[in-house]
Amino acid sequence: MSINRKYVPIVVTTSLFLLMFIAGSFRYNGFFSPQVLLNLLIDNAFLLIVAVGMSFVIISGGIDLSVGAVIALTTMISASLVQQLNWSPIIVIPLVLLIGALLGCGMGAIIHYFKIQPFIVTLAGMFLARGLCYVISIQTITIDNPFYTAMAQTKIRLPGGSFISISVIIALVVVAAAIYIAHYTSFGRNVYAIGGSEQSALLMGLPVAKTKILVYTLSGLCSALAGVVFTFYMLSGYGLHAVGMELDTIAAVVIGGTLLTGGVGYIVGTFFGVMIQGIIQTIISFEGTLSSWWTKIVIGLLLCLFILLQKVLSARQAIFKS
Amino acid sequence: MEQQPVLEMRGIHKQFPGVKALSNVDFRLFSGEVHALMGENGAGKSSLIKVLTGVYSIDQGAVKLSNQPVSLKSPLEAQEAGISTVYQEVNLCTNLTVAENIFIGREPRRFGRILWKQMNRNADKLLKDRMQLNIDVTLPLHAYSVAIQQLIAIARALSISAKVLILDEPTSSLDANEVKQLFSIMQTLKQDGLAILFVTHFLDQVYEISDRITILRNGNLVGEYMAKDLPKLELVSQMIGKDLTQLEKLPSKSASEQFEGNEIIAEAKQAARKGAIEPFDLKLRKGEVIGLAGLLGSGRTETARLFFGADALDQGTVRMSKANQHIQSPRKAIEHGVAFCSENRKTEGILDELTVRENIIVALQSTRGWYKPLSRKKQNEIAEHYIQLLNINPPHTEQLIKNLSGGNQQKVLLARWLLTQPKLLILDEPTRGIDVGAKTEIQRLVLDLSAKGMSVLFISSELEEVLRVSHRIAVLRDRRKIKEISDQEMTEHSIMKTIAGG
Repeated sequence: MSINRKYVPIVVTTSLFLLMFIAGSFRYNGFFSPQVLLNLLIDNAFLLIVAVGMSFVIISGGIDLSVGAVIALTTMISASLVQQLNWSPIIVIPLVLLIGALLGCGMGAIIHYFKIQPFIVTLAGMFLARGLCYVISIQTITIDNPFYTAMAQTKIRLPGGSFISISVIIALVVVAAAIYIAHYTSFGRNVYAIGGSEQSALLMGLPVAKTKILVYTLSGLCSALAGVVFTFYMLSGYGLHAVGMELDTIAAVVIGGTLLTGGVGYIVGTFFGVMIQGIIQTIISFEGTLSSWWTKIVIGLLLCLFILLQKVLSARQAIFKS
Repeated sequence: MEQQPVLEMRGIHKQFPGVKALSNVDFRLFSGEVHALMGENGAGKSSLIKVLTGVYSIDQGAVKLSNQPVSLKSPLEAQEAGISTVYQEVNLCTNLTVAENIFIGREPRRFGRILWKQMNRNADKLLKDRMQLNIDVTLPLHAYSVAIQQLIAIARALSISAKVLILDEPTSSLDANEVKQLFSIMQTLKQDGLAILFVTHFLDQVYEISDRITILRNGNLVGEYMAKDLPKLELVSQMIGKDLTQLEKLPSKSASEQFEGNEIIAEAKQAARKGAIEPFDLKLRKGEVIGLAGLLGSGRTETARLFFGADALDQGTVRMSKANQHIQSPRKAIEHGVAFCSENRKTEGILDELTVRENIIVALQSTRGWYKPLSRKKQNEIAEHYIQLLNINPPHTEQLIKNLSGGNQQKVLLARWLLTQPKLLILDEPTRGIDVGAKTEIQRLVLDLSAKGMSVLFISSELEEVLRVSHRIAVLRDRRKIKEISDQEMTEHSIMKTIAGG
């Protein structure tokens, strides 16, 4: 059989998702319906958006730990401006997106110009963003602004009686745009090149500095957008929102077949990585008796499996070469 | 009237802290020729290339391209000016496709959208037309051998419409057929009027392909020759050279027969490692200094590493005779009294954030075990002792080693290993990049140590130095030990002849 070896992780991820869906359909009544699938998108729209940003970062060979905290900060700023200061969402949403992008841009610049590991820079960014949440308020700020509630409650009917939310549309647009950027723009290809070998990229005369900073800016922007979608979903701002989400995101990207060493990965893989996390949660809620922490256990096992799979694949590749 | 060179470098100076990498070097390159740049390790070849590719900025001098002065500040600028480089380590992204590797940064685009089909078509055509290479350009680069990757790198360079192509050790990881293929392509490119700068350490290849040869030694220009006018022996002697007239006299050495009766300290029997060194025998007797002579890449370091257990043997044995122990790992080697001063002082030797004292005691401490720490007083005594003995400058135990000059760093490393009282001391290029005075001191020290009964395996690119300190010399060529030379035979001429092969 001649599947290109580079597609193996994606094929594995996709089949795993289908397998889980089929297994769930046989085991539980009411599992096999389009709405169950669409709920995966509705409940994970924000995760999908951050994971797209994270994919670019990981493909470039970096990591971004600040995404969860930036989501929390976005919910917090949105809530306080809309709710307490009565700002219009038309100003607030672009503003929070800009803040997210600037945070990312700043971290990217520090990572590149001072040659500091992304891990530590984005860890600092994470603490900074999380801390800023509590400067705004230590309590939950509930949002009852009509625009936000409308965004939260609007259901877009699909033929066949099922529905999706506006957030799903946003997430799908982000995914589609990301696929285009990754494969059909110079920026996208430069990200792959840098992830493959930064030294080579530099010697080939590619704009390494610009690309690296843009990657973190994009991730910051995606986190802020995910924060906006998360605000629609939760209708509140809170400093403890999205705690640990950076790790869920990294898990989703890796399960989606992106190599942590950089250079290899697909946005489609990330999409299914997120969907797998969603479907595990769904299965556990259908099961009824299991604690939701089982999600973490299963994800932990899957993550382990995928990292081993990647190792085996790259080892085989090395053998093939010699 | 002579043709105008396409590239001309005049009076190039480049200084690094403690080392003069290039001093007053001239170099010119004509279109339609292959020009070999020759020199031993540290001669300044890579510095010169890094200047040309915009990686290093020069302290003094001028670079002219097509008679226009240029200042190359980055690899990108060099590329845009028409100078492209293909390195020994292929500097491409193996995770991208062949076509992308050729065109990345300059992909055919419409409204910002990359036109993959057109890019693949162009890549395919370029490889077929100019490289005689018919491969699937949509596969990732890692699907192909290094030889093909190198051709792809050249194709990339050509597609940027290079005037000057620099090939830095392109043949070192290729087999004979692949080299032939590369050379035939170089011939074609040459006829198309490209100027090719070719760096290699394989002498035969130089004569096979080059029209002109420039030799560097110790950062200085030795000369520019037409390949057909420069006999091989002359080339070798110019590369190895003898630039030190002001060297002090060393204590006279004893003749090699004197060691005949001495016990054998270490012995290699038919030891070999694939790709490193062909099977060889070598005996080291107590108190004897054995020199390893040969050009870069002839297997000198590889041989030394086998005596330290740093690489695994494929066949044969290397053992310390007294304990009758095979040397299989550096740990074992150290346990049985082998010490190894690596040629890569910076990466395999000094711990640059630690002080001189800490750098000296580290090996002793690790042989004692960490549960038996040396007292600070004892450490200071030891450090002071060696600083005095080896004349380390500045004489402060608490100085950070990275602030010392190359020669003094080397002495600290020597102190580190002397402290473990080795029976066999391996010195790989101990005097590289250090000044003449310090060189003599290290050479004298080697002879002192041997007089006290230590065996030494001494490696140096400078033949004269090897001759000065060694009692016996093993000559290597192309990863093979070809001869052992001692006593009257030990002259520069005979060794050079052996190296040059006849």
